[in-house]
Amino acid sequence: MTGTSPLLQARAITKSFGDNRVLRGVDLTVAPGTVTVLIGPSGSGKTTVLRSLNALETPDSGLVRIGDVSVDFSQPFSRKVRRREAARLRAQSGMVFQSHNLFPHLSVLANVTEGPIVVQRRPKEEARTEALALLDRVGLADKADQFPYQLSGGQQQRVGIARALAIRPRLMLFDEPTSALDPELVGEVLAVMKDLATEGWTMVVVTHEMRFARQVADQVAFMDGGVIVEQGPPAAVLQEPAQERTRRFLHRIIDPI
Amino acid sequence: MLADGTPGLVRDSLGPLLEGTVKGTIPLTLISFAGGLVLALIVALMRLSPVTPVSWIARCYVSVIRGTPLLLQLFIIYYGLPSLGATIDPFPSACIAFTLNVGGYASEVVRAAILSVPKGQAEAAATVGMDYVTTLRRIVLPQAARVAVPPMSNTLISLVKDTSLASTIQVTELLRKAQEAAAPTYEFFTLYAVAAGYYWVICLVLSFAQTHLETRLDRYVAS
Repeated sequence: MTGTSPLLQARAITKSFGDNRVLRGVDLTVAPGTVTVLIGPSGSGKTTVLRSLNALETPDSGLVRIGDVSVDFSQPFSRKVRRREAARLRAQSGMVFQSHNLFPHLSVLANVTEGPIVVQRRPKEEARTEALALLDRVGLADKADQFPYQLSGGQQQRVGIARALAIRPRLMLFDEPTSALDPELVGEVLAVMKDLATEGWTMVVVTHEMRFARQVADQVAFMDGGVIVEQGPPAAVLQEPAQERTRRFLHRIIDPI
Repeated sequence: MLADGTPGLVRDSLGPLLEGTVKGTIPLTLISFAGGLVLALIVALMRLSPVTPVSWIARCYVSVIRGTPLLLQLFIIYYGLPSLGATIDPFPSACIAFTLNVGGYASEVVRAAILSVPKGQAEAAATVGMDYVTTLRRIVLPQAARVAVPPMSNTLISLVKDTSLASTIQVTELLRKAQEAAAPTYEFFTLYAVAAGYYWVICLVLSFAQTHLETRLDRYVAS
């Protein structure tokens, strides 16, 4: 990691759902232009961490800072203030969901322009031109006028990426973007993500794709039981994990049967 | 046995009954349905509110509307309110009663339709920066509409026929016109049959409109 100040910082994030303590104090630091991959068994809290970074999940305590926007969830916010703070934080990042969550009643192009036009009030023509460029970047310029249901799962997910990029975020969050896809469609989505990484996007990715982690990640964080058990460069965490829990998890992933 | 003059009687009644339909039944239905939809949306959103007192007000409202006869609601507004010092003419009284009634029933349709839209849709809307109202307007309600059309059509079609209750508070709508035409001749069967025909035609037209609307709203769903 370089000497520049981090773009994203999460400190001591905790979150419970009822009696279930999903996050028990998570710290994460992401330098600009780097790719962080979160791995870990299901239920380890990695998706909750990601969703806390853009306040889709409200942490019980802890602090999230992206760029110069910082929200301290330990403060007793009123409902209204919490909503405003969440919106401020959310505007900093683009989110790609496991189940894409495209708007089914809007065309592919309208899915991408919805944020820029309706929320950011950018001129329609400018937003359309930019959206078409984004669709071209994910290889789907020819699908602009179709509805999401007319696309394959991989294409839908690439539209999801274009939609997230369209709000001009400072970093991109990916929540298991390939987990719901047929195996032969995974590659096209990972290829787009790899391109973004090459272009210098700051990305935080929750995934089970170990090859992607090995090739693209600058840091890998292994989560278990609501904490980050181990983190570091992929070569260290994935090849020579220091923790027994990490070793067992990687063993199960690489050699499932 | 029908009297010899029946064909002529039918012909003579078509005009007045049409007048009752166009000037009474149809505007009463349209005004009440439009008002009822707005009210239904408000009540549904209140019911879905995380603020408990707000959601309870909505619950109570729906309970009272569904738990009391529509005819009684009509009577309370037209015959009951004057004793509290508020006298309202027959037509507006009927509009108010039917709006309140549709608002109660249709709020449950709206609530179910909103809940049918996957949670991920609102989350995705939030991630592109939308607030609550924008999410509702741009993302949730357009998708909820598709689900709401069949049950909402039921509500509308019921309303068309329920407006006949307004005849009991002197609103000159279709049924009232039929009663007026029948009274001097005692040809109740014939005139009520004509009135029934009118109601049925209105409902047929609405059913066609429903089918058309469903097809339109289905265009973005894989068949």
